[in-house]
Amino acid sequence: MLRFLLDRDTWQEVFDSLSKNKLRSILTMVGVWWGILLLIGLLGSARGLENSFNRLFGSFATNSVFVWGQSTGKPFKGFQEGRRVKLSLSDAKKVEENVEGIEFVLPRSQQRKNITRNFLSGSFQTAGDYPLLDELQKKKLIHGRFINQNDIDDRKKVAVISESTYEQLFEKDEEAIGQYIEIDNINFKVVGMFENGNVNMGPSTDVHIPFTTFQQVYNRGDRIGWMMITGKPEFNIKQIEEDAKLLLKNINNIHPQDKRAFGSFNLGKEFAKLTGFLIGMQFLTWFVGIATLIAGVFAIGNILLITVKERTKEIGLRRALGATPFEIKRQIVVEAVFLTLIAGLFGIITGGWILIALDHFFGQGDDAAIVNASVSIAVVLIAMVILVILGTLIGLIPAFKATSVKPIEALREE
Amino acid sequence: MLQIHQLHKSYAIGDSSLHVLKGIDLEVEEGEMVAIMGSSGSGKSTLLNIIGMLDEADSGDYVLDGLPIKNLTEKKAAVYRNKFLGFIFQSFNLINYKNALENVALPLYYQGMKRRERQEKALFHLEKVGLANWAKHLPKELSGGQKQRVAIARALAANPKLLLADEPTGALDTKTSYDIMAFIQQLNDEGKTILMVTHEEDIANMCKRIVRLRDGVIMEDTKVQQVRAEQYV
Repeated sequence: MLRFLLDRDTWQEVFDSLSKNKLRSILTMVGVWWGILLLIGLLGSARGLENSFNRLFGSFATNSVFVWGQSTGKPFKGFQEGRRVKLSLSDAKKVEENVEGIEFVLPRSQQRKNITRNFLSGSFQTAGDYPLLDELQKKKLIHGRFINQNDIDDRKKVAVISESTYEQLFEKDEEAIGQYIEIDNINFKVVGMFENGNVNMGPSTDVHIPFTTFQQVYNRGDRIGWMMITGKPEFNIKQIEEDAKLLLKNINNIHPQDKRAFGSFNLGKEFAKLTGFLIGMQFLTWFVGIATLIAGVFAIGNILLITVKERTKEIGLRRALGATPFEIKRQIVVEAVFLTLIAGLFGIITGGWILIALDHFFGQGDDAAIVNASVSIAVVLIAMVILVILGTLIGLIPAFKATSVKPIEALREE
Repeated sequence: MLQIHQLHKSYAIGDSSLHVLKGIDLEVEEGEMVAIMGSSGSGKSTLLNIIGMLDEADSGDYVLDGLPIKNLTEKKAAVYRNKFLGFIFQSFNLINYKNALENVALPLYYQGMKRRERQEKALFHLEKVGLANWAKHLPKELSGGQKQRVAIARALAANPKLLLADEPTGALDTKTSYDIMAFIQQLNDEGKTILMVTHEEDIANMCKRIVRLRDGVIMEDTKVQQVRAEQYV
C-alpha cells in the first residue's frame, strides 16, 4: 500500500481524473472547505471571546463574596427586630480564622466625600483600603503606586485616585502625583492614579486612602463597611458564604435563620453563570462545526457517487483492460481522501486568515471584544484525522457501487 | 486455443427469463480469424462477452488456451482478461481525458509495469498502428479511424493471445472500415487469433471463417476464402 501511495502513477491517475473534471472537483471541495472553515472560525472566535472574558475578570479574584451588615429581620435573644448590624474588624478576623477554605478576608470602608483642589471640587466615593486590594482587584496604575504597608502602619494621608477623578480635579496635562487634594478639609497627597476599569465588581471607588487612615480620620474605630471574602480555588464559594454568615450571626447575636441581617454579593456565583455560558457556547461551536463538517463530507460522497455513475463506462473499460475491483476501489478512495485532505488544508489556511482578520478588526487594544482568537494545533490535527477517516468511509460507498456493476453492463451503457 | 461446449446463458427480464444462448459448441484454433454473425438478439454479443470473461455462462464449459474458465473471482477474471485478451469496441471506449499514449499504456499499468517501460511499449504499439505522431493527442482530437487504431494498439499492448472485436467497424465509414480491416488482417497474418462480431457481410468475408448464430444456436459454421481489404484501400 505504501508503494502504491508513493507511486507517481497513482497520483497521475488521481490528478488526471480530478483535474479533467475541474468544476466537479471544486464543487466537491467547497463542502468540506466550508465545514472546516466554519469549525476553525467558530472555535477561534469562541476562544477569543473566552480570552477576552478571562482578561476582563483575570484581574479579579473571582472566587469571592462581599458581605455587609443590614438590619435584623428577626428578634433574637432579647434584641428586637430591625436592629442595625455593624461589622467590625474583629468579625473579619474571626471569619478568617474559623471558616474553612478561606484565603483572605479584606475589610473595607467607604463613604462619599467632598473633595476639593484649588477651585475644583466634586463628590467622590472614597474608600479605606489595604494593599491586598490591589491583588484581589488588580488596579491598572497609570502613574505612581497603590497604597503600601508603610501607609497603613503610619496612617499616612495619601490617596490613589481614579483617572476620572483626576479629570475633575485637575487641569488638563497637569501633573497629579505629589499634589494635594482636600478630602473633607483634610489634605491628602496623591501618590497614584489608576485607570477606570471596564467591569466593576461591587461598588466602584474613586479614591483609595489607607484603611487605617480612613478609620482614624472619620472616627470609625472598629467598624468596617463590608468585608471581601476570598476562597481558595478548590473550595465552593457558596459554602464559604453560608459558613461565614452563620459565624457572623453567632458572634453578633442574630437569629441563625435571619435572612435580612447580612447582605452579600457572591462574585463566584455570578462568575460561574458566565463560565457556564462560555462552556455552552463552546459546545454549540463544536456541535455546529462538526455538523457542518459532516455535511460537507456527505456532499463529497454524494458528488463522488454521481461521478461514479457518470464514469460507469470508464470503470467498466478499466476492468475489461484488467483492473481488479480492488484497484478500482483503491483509486476512488484515494480520490476521495485526496479531495477531503486538500479541501481541509484549504479550510485550515483560510480559517487561519479569518482568525487573523478577526484579530485585526476586533482584537486590537485593551478593551477588545475578541482576544487572541486561536485554535490549538491539536484540535486542527484531530479535525484533519476525522476528515480523512470520514473521507475514506465516504469514498468506500461509491467505490463499492462502482465495482458492483458487472463490467459488461457498464460498457453497454451508452 | 479455445473450446466451448454446450454453453447456455439466460437473462432475467422481470419475472420471466430470456434464453439467449442455447447450447453453443465452438472450437477456434490458433491463428484463426473468425467472424460471428447474426441479427440483433441472436446472442452474438453475449457469446463474445462470455468469451471475453466480461460475463459468465449459466452452464457449459469454456476452455481458453488449456485453462478452464469457470467460477472465476472478479480478481482472477481481471488478471486473465489482462493477460489473455485484447478488446476492441464499436465505440472505441478510449478514456477521454487521457492522451493516445496513456490510453494505450493503460493495460500495462494494470499489469504493474514500470512507467518508463510502459511508455516505450505503448509508443511501439502506437507506431505499429501508424499514430506515433499523435501520441500526445486527446481522443477528441482524433478522427474515428484514428481512435479505433489507438484502441487496437491498446488491445495489442498487453500482447494478448486472443483479440476480441465487437463490431470494430460499426461506427466507421466504408473506406475507414476497410482501412481498419486491412490492419486487423495484417495482425492475423502475423499469427494473432482474432474473433469478431459483425453484421456486415463484406466485413465478415474479410475473415477466414464465418459462424452464423440465430436464436442462440449456431446455424452455420463455414470456412471462407478471405477477401483482402488492401485492394479497396
